[in-house]
Formats: sequence, C-alpha cells, structure tokens
Amino acid sequence: MKRIYVNEEWCLGCHLCEYQCAFANSGMDDMVKALKGKTIHPRIQVEGDNKISFAVNCRHCSDARCVKGCISGALSRDKDGVVVIDTDKCVGCFTCILSCPYGVIMPSSDHSVVQKCQLCMDNASGEPACVKGCPNRAIVYEERI
Amino acid sequence: MKYDYLIIGNSIAAVGCIEGIRENDTEGSICVVTDENYRVYGRPLISYYLWNKTTEKKMLSYRPDNFYKKNDVELMLGTRAEKINPEKKTVSLSGGREIGYGKLLIAAGSSPFVPPMKGLDGVEKKFSFMTLDDAKVLAEAIGKDSRVLIVGAGLIGLKCAEGISDRAGSLTVVDLANRILPSILDEKGSAIVQKHIERRGVKFYLNDSVAEFKDGTATLSSGKKIEYDAVVIAVGVRPNTALAADAGGEVNRGIATDLKCVTTIPDVYAAGDCAECLNSITGKSQVLALLPNAYMMGHAAGVNMSGGEELYDDAIPMNAIGFWGLHIITAGDYEGEAYVKREGTKYKKLVTANNNLRGFILIDDIERAGIYTRLVREKTPLDEIDFEAIKERPQEMAFSRAVRKDDLGGVK
Ligand SMILES: Cc1cc2nc3c(=O)[nH]c(=O)nc-3n(C[C@H](O)[C@H](O)[C@H](O)COP(=O)(O)OP(=O)(O)OC[C@H]3O[C@@H](n4cnc5c(N)ncnc54)[C@H](O)[C@@H]3O)c2cc1C
Ligand code: SF4
Ligand code: SF4
Repeated sequence: MKRIYVNEEWCLGCHLCEYQCAFANSGMDDMVKALKGKTIHPRIQVEGDNKISFAVNCRHCSDARCVKGCISGALSRDKDGVVVIDTDKCVGCFTCILSCPYGVIMPSSDHSVVQKCQLCMDNASGEPACVKGCPNRAIVYEERI
Repeated sequence: MKYDYLIIGNSIAAVGCIEGIRENDTEGSICVVTDENYRVYGRPLISYYLWNKTTEKKMLSYRPDNFYKKNDVELMLGTRAEKINPEKKTVSLSGGREIGYGKLLIAAGSSPFVPPMKGLDGVEKKFSFMTLDDAKVLAEAIGKDSRVLIVGAGLIGLKCAEGISDRAGSLTVVDLANRILPSILDEKGSAIVQKHIERRGVKFYLNDSVAEFKDGTATLSSGKKIEYDAVVIAVGVRPNTALAADAGGEVNRGIATDLKCVTTIPDVYAAGDCAECLNSITGKSQVLALLPNAYMMGHAAGVNMSGGEELYDDAIPMNAIGFWGLHIITAGDYEGEAYVKREGTKYKKLVTANNNLRGFILIDDIERAGIYTRLVREKTPLDEIDFEAIKERPQEMAFSRAVRKDDLGGVK
C-alpha cells in the first residue's frame, strides 16, 4: 500500500506539513480562518533541531499494536490497509498511546478521544495534504516493498 | 458435532484467536461458547458505559456486525462449558450436550474474587464489577441519593467509582493497602492520583478493612463506621482455571502455557486472563490480566492452532488508565535506578537496569508514551540511543539515524 515516507536529509524543519495537516482536518476552506491565532493539533509532528529534522506520523503498520490493544475496537485496519479511528467508539483510555512504538497517535484537542493520521482519506483533501504541501519532498507518498 | 476449533469464552482472547486462525485457515470450522448473552465487548468499557461515555450498542461493536458471519464462526450464547474430556477430545456443555474439537482454546478469563466478610451475606445490594450485566444491575440499583461503598482501591474499584460518580450520592472506598493502585504506581504516584480523585468527592479509608456489615453500616477494623445503601466488591480477580485443572492440566495461579500458548494437555491452548504467559522482563511466568495481552496471546494461540508459528515471547505488564481526565500510563516494573521528574500533577519515573529501560510511570504527561514502551519491550540498549534526550521527552530523534531510517522509511 502507499504510505508516507521520510527523506530526512531534505527536511527544512519549516513545519509546513503540520499546518497543512491541521488545515486539512479542520473541515474549513479558509486556511487563515482555520489556523490564525489558534493552537494547532496536527497529526504529523516535526522533530529535531536546526541540524537534523524530520516529520513523524503514523506508519500504518500491517501488524499494528494500537489496533490489537484498543479496548473498544475503535481502531481498525480498513480494506486498503489504512489504520483508522472511529472516534464515535473511542472512549479516550489512551491504551493506544501506550502501545504505539512511534508515538504517533495522540489525544484530540479536547483529550476526550484520540486522533491519528488517516492519510487524509477522512477529509476533503483525498491525498496526504502534508506531502502535497512539503516544499522539498522531505515526505513522500508512495509504494515501497 | 465436532469442530476443528472450539473456543471457550467469547471475549478479547477469543477474538484474537479467531483472527489468528483465519490468517492461516479460512476453511476449518470454528465454534465459540460463552455463558454470557452478548456478542463480544471490551470489558473495560463498562465503567465508560455507566459514565455515559459510550452506549451498549457501541460497546457491542468491538468488531463489525458481520464479524462472526464473515469469519464463519458459530456462536453459542448462554452456554457454559462444564468439563473438558481430553481423552475423547470433547467438551461437555450446560444443557447436557457434548461437542468435539480438533484444537481447543480456553479463553475463560477471570472472575471477581469475593473474600469471606462478616455480614456480607446479609447485604441486600451487593455487586461485582466485571460484566455488562453487572454494570446494568448496579445502575438499576443506585440513585442520586445512594451511598455506595466500594471495597478495593485497585483499577476495577476506582474505575467503578468514576463510572457511577454522576449516578450516586456519595462514594467511599476502603482498602487494606495503605495506598491506591499499588499494582501500577509507586508511593508518590499513588498520592498524586488519590488527591485528584478525592477532589471529586470520593472518600478513602486506606490501611483499613470491613470487619462487619450490619443493617446498612460497615464497621471497619479501625472502629470507624460507614453507612451504605449499596456495596461493590472489587478486591481482585481470579483466573478461571477450573476447566483446565479438572482435565489434568498444569495450573499455577493461571493455566500454565508454553510460548506457543499450549497447555500441558495435548491440543488444548489457553490465552488471556485465565492463562499464564512469559513476562519477558522478569523471565517468569505470570498472569498478565490486561486487554492488549489477551488479544495478542489469543492471536498467537490462533496462529499456532492452525498450523502457523507465532511465539508469544514479548509480553510485558503495561497499563493505560484515566480518572476524571487524569491519565496514567505505566509499563514494566520498577526494580532499578529511578529518574524522577515531578511538577504539580505531572509525574514521570523512568527506571533503568542493566543498560535497559525496565519500566516507567507517567501521570498527566503521557504524550508519545509508546516510545518508552518500545524501549522496555525491545530491551533497547540505552547506550545506543540518546537517553538524556529521551528522558526529557519521548522522541524518534533519540534513536540512531539507521534506526530512524528503518522506522520512517521502511515498510512496517
Ligand atoms: C471494570 C474493568 C476494567 C478494566 N480495565 C482495563 C483497562 O483499562 N485496560 C486493560 O488492559 N484491561 C482492563 N481490564 C481487564 C480486561 O478486561 C481483561 O484483561 C480482558 O477482558 C481479558 O480478556 P479475556 O478474553 O481473557 O477474558 P474475559 O474478558 O474475562 O472473558 C472471558 C469470557 O469467558 C466466559 N466464560 C468463562 N468461563 C466460561 C465457561 N466455562 N463457559 C463459557 N464461557 C465462559 C466469561 O463469561 C467471559 O465472557 C478491565 C477489567 C474490568 C473488569
Ligand atoms: S498509530 Fe502507531 S501502532 Fe498504530 S498503525 Fe500508526 S504507527 Fe502503527
Ligand atoms: S483511546 Fe480510543 S482508540 Fe485508543 S485504545 Fe482507547 S478506545 Fe481505543
């Protein structure tokens, strides 16, 4: 399946991917209205210092520990392999935060449920907005074997 | 009637097993017997159900509606497995039927432990807190003025307290131990969480126990008296081992299994709360009565039962739990050198031993905790990572470039 992969050497540490993610998942069509003056809660996070930086988000593991350990069945792998969250079922126990080896599933902004990258299959973008918005191809969306 | 695979219990370990079997064998017949009257649900949800954070309908959708059909599983509700007959390879069921198996999984979970207490028999409204039916009966029995006494300040007792907090008049918790949640927290952690829960109006009597229940009053060993309208007993759970023991299988605290989840009885496997597995940190066998563990052990059993191989060799104690918005994540154990950071209700304790992270406690500071869990589970040598950085904050950056390349550029 297509996943998001990181080219660490090319990351500028500009955090644009975080803004693209927050915007794509805001449900709004005006970026300024969606983000200006607000604390953003992106599902992708840039780590690093001014020498090395890179963006981290869900790996969509085929053997996903978050899915195996979820107490409500809110997490599942869909038919395309995308690991998705049903926030309606989630009760915010954070067992998945305990389980995910990459630290990429996180509390939602009000902490009542969790949020995670769903490759923008759950919003209007239709393809990963972070990848589309990255100025230097430091994250790519492709098939790797 | 004979099935290729028979599963006793219809909970998380059973689902893991079904999904494990179907990865290898799409043909073999599967039957699940359960003495409950529901399709599978996550047991921990019962407190969220009472707290109105979920509904019965959502609880019962742990797996999609077509789960049993899609996996071609015959589900026998309201049916108890009474006896395993290993020489005939059959199981006797309530109602007198006997069914055969090729491979059998015991996924019978655990039952509440109710110690003998003077006067308990005479308490009219007394409850356990394990099943959806328990939750329903409890909800029915209490009202806005009810004074509820909970015996047990462990995970189940305190989740129950949170669950019924908006439905009951007052909540009192009594425990023999001198602190709450001793199975997952250290003393400092217990104190932080206790204070937080007390702010919600829960009253604790620790280092104490009920000497007698009589006419709506519990007299404690200390002599203190507590008036109650209802009592919840949540002192602990006991693995359901009788079926295995009666069939001649080795049973310690839980049913003994090897890394393939096989018991000492041929073709009989066990998984979840009823079974012991290897704690990969201590190297000893123990019951790890946790939902993720039940799934993963059940899954390994299912793969092995259907001719594949999956060793269940990386289990560790781990827990995520929250009370009124205060979240706690813990893993491993705390035998080693501790690094502690505390700021208000935020508490972090990382315990290292032999160049490994052996365990941790995080309270109100749980972001990216799974990175710590990974270090514990994988026994990552700490001199191969930037431990100073990761102490501060769990982060991918603390790993070497090669590991990062694999994590973020490899196929998972
Ligand atoms: C209130 C509460 C909160 C919890 N919170 C958490 C939490 O936050 N995180 C966590 O990791 N874990 C939690 N747990 C523990 C978790 O629920 C268990 O680890 C998990 O349910 C174990 O699954 P299992 O499949 O082994 O067995 P169980 O869920 O115990 O199910 C066993 C099933 O087998 C049936 N059965 C037993 N004997 C027979 C028989 N002879 N014939 C037919 N059927 C039989 C039982 O009725 C039951 O339906 C909690 C438990 C409780 C009670
Ligand atoms: S949230 Fe974590 S464990 Fe789950 S699929 Fe993504 S990377 Fe894997
Ligand atoms: S927080 Fe939600 S998604 Fe995560 S394990 Fe709990 S119920 Fe499942």
